[in-house]
Formats: sequence, structure tokens, C-alpha cells
Amino acid sequence: MATTAPSQPGPKPLSPPTTIQAASSTARTPQQPSQQHSGLRTPSNRKTIYDRNLNRTRTAELSRASFAYLFSEMVTYAQRRVTGIQDLERRLNEAGYPLGQRLLPLLLYRSSTPTHPHPRPTRILPLLQFIAHPLWRHLFARSADSIESSSTNPHEYMIVDNEPLVNQYISVPKEMSQLNCAAFVAGIVEGVAWAVGLQCAVSAHNAGEGDAMWPGKTVFLIRFDESVVKREAIK
Amino acid sequence: MSYYFCIVGTQDQPLFELEFGTSKQGGDGVARFSQEARQMNPFIVHSSLDFVDELQWTNSQMYLKRVDQFASSHVSTFLTPTSTRFMLLHLPHPPNTAPQSTPSPNSFPPFTPYTSTPASTTTAGRSSSSSTTSIPNNPTSPQTEEAIRAFFGEVFEIWMKAIMSPFASVEGKLGSPVFRQRVVAAGKKYL
Repeated sequence: MATTAPSQPGPKPLSPPTTIQAASSTARTPQQPSQQHSGLRTPSNRKTIYDRNLNRTRTAELSRASFAYLFSEMVTYAQRRVTGIQDLERRLNEAGYPLGQRLLPLLLYRSSTPTHPHPRPTRILPLLQFIAHPLWRHLFARSADSIESSSTNPHEYMIVDNEPLVNQYISVPKEMSQLNCAAFVAGIVEGVAWAVGLQCAVSAHNAGEGDAMWPGKTVFLIRFDESVVKREAIK
Repeated sequence: MSYYFCIVGTQDQPLFELEFGTSKQGGDGVARFSQEARQMNPFIVHSSLDFVDELQWTNSQMYLKRVDQFASSHVSTFLTPTSTRFMLLHLPHPPNTAPQSTPSPNSFPPFTPYTSTPASTTTAGRSSSSSTTSIPNNPTSPQTEEAIRAFFGEVFEIWMKAIMSPFASVEGKLGSPVFRQRVVAAGKKYL
């Protein structure tokens, strides 16, 4: 194993490639003025991300309008740079992936107490339950509508959302009827599953055709890798 | 006890390294690894990753406790939900040879059992901390296990704050000096 450099030199203040990093992750705390790193920049209130609390309350919710606006901008941004629907969905998926990676430890941390840590989901069913309930509740303030397993293929599972929040303010043109912008949410699900080590591919599909009650019904198809299903069978 | 702490990413790449010594019971917080041990530590930790990979699927806890032992070095692990691993190697000092002001390369060979340690009983004034259940001396005691659990719990929180930044990558090196300060403080507090 190669060794990391124990302490990296602080980013130079004005070199463009490192400015984002400098703003986000490196700053000096007020308690330790002796630790001078010449290149470090500190926020004006002298607080770093390490001074923040990880337990935000329920009131820290984002307004639906601003989310819808940001999300539609995201879709537009992606759409300008792609060649087809699949490419667009892939981009949305990739945008959601890091979100899932971060939400998993955060939600487990919040539901843990020092004496009773929340267990990690290591098998398929606990993982799906984690996604459909705590994760969905955190993101959309309600649980997913159902979890189903495919009757024909043991690799495939489905999470059904009757009315995805992300699609609520998106009208898909007729010629792009294949498109489902919930690919973003599929990316989040994929990020969670890969983070725990259950490799899979997740895609979002429209399933509301002919459904009078839920025309926007979306199925998230989770296709696990061969290795995951094999491991599942061993235990 | 001397500690070597390493955060290992999912691709088995080291993201953060730190050496420190015990601060409880009059310890000065300085690691006393010999030159040889210092070079061996990353290898020992790397080899115990195999045990972690196995335990990952049978133990759904985050704190996997002591997973491996090599000579007198013990390795404890905390597995984050994203499969990033916190590895803590702890090496107890043999009761009589513990902190010497200038450990020469041969005076404290870490990879030989205690029985063959040179009987250098010259260090006086160490009798106060030689209780067999205390954290500095007994790596297998429940007290040590609890102290390490508390340490990992705090590092988990700090680590999470680091990766919650949208500009940080979960697989990226943790180079922030503030992060380092916080981990050092956690080590001082619990170990």
C-alpha cells in the first residue's frame, strides 16, 4: 500500500484549479491559530464545514418551487449536451449518483444512537426497504408506493412511485415519450446500492400508460449483478 | 500504546494517515513505533483488509472491533456504510520498555513477542500505568474496545462532514488540515 503524504500543502489562494477545493474543504479554525498554512483561506465567520451540525431538523426543507426550478434547469443543461434520450438519462443518472453515496451514511448516522448504531444494509431486501422508506421519506417526505420483485428474473426488483416529485413539473414532448426524468432518482438509488457494495443498474420507466388513477406512475427497475445474487444465495 | 490510523477507500487506496500515541494515563500522545514498525504498519493494515472484506457481508455493524493481529500489533476496523474503512493499528508497549526518550532502532523490536524483549527495566516511574486492564496496555480488554468505538464514532462524524461537501469526492484524499486537527483531537480525547 502506498503511503499518502501526511499533510498536503494548502492550496495556493489564487490558482484557478484549486479554488473550489479551497473554499470547500480547507480552512483554519479559530481555536488553533498556531496551525498557519499560508495558502489557506478562511470564511469570514471563521466557521468551516467541520463546525456544522449533521442533524438538521425537519424544518430545514427546501421549497418545492425552488427545487422544481433547479431541476428543470438541470434537465435543460443536460439536454443541450446530449445526442439522444438514453444519453440524457445517463447524464441525469450520473448527477444523482453522488447524492446517493452521501445520503446513505448521513441517514444511517441520523437514525443511530451512540449505543445502538443503525446496521448497514448488507442484503438486497434491507437495502430496498431502506431505499423505499427512510431514503424516500427524506427526499420526498413520503414512502415509495411499493417494492416488487420480478417474477421472471431473480436479478430484478422494482420500486414503484405513483407520482414522482421530480416529474411533477416536467412535460415531456410527444417525440420524447421514452424519456423519464426520474432517471435522476434512479441515479440516487444506484449510488446507495453501489455504496453498500450491491452492484446494480437502475433505470426509471414510465408505467402510467392507461392508468387512469396514476398517469405519471414510474417504475424504478433495479437489476442486480450476477455476483450479488450469487452471494445472496450463499447465506 | 502507539496508534497508526488509516482511512482506506473502496479501491483499497489510502486516503488519510495519522500516527499518534496514547494520551490517557499520563501518555504524551507521541507514537513510539520503531523505524521498522513504521514501515511495516501500512502492510499490516493492508493485509487485514482481506478480513474486513469477509466480515463486511456477515456483520452488519459498522464497528467490526478487532479484526486482525500481527505479532503484537492489533488492528481494529470501522466500516462506514459506503465501504470506506477506518483502520486503527494499535501496538501496546511492553510493560517495562515503554516510553523511552530516544528509542533506538534495536531497543524496541515490535515484531518479537514480549518474552524476548530485552530486559531493559531502566525506565522508572512507569508503575502507575501498568494495570492490566488499562487502555494503554491491554489491546483486547473491553475498555479498549469501547474507547476505540468512541474514537471511531467521532471520526465517522468528522469524515461525514468532509464528504458532505459537494466538491469533495468520497474516494478523494482527505488533505484538509482542519480534518487532521479534528482527528488528532478525537485521538487525544478517547485513546
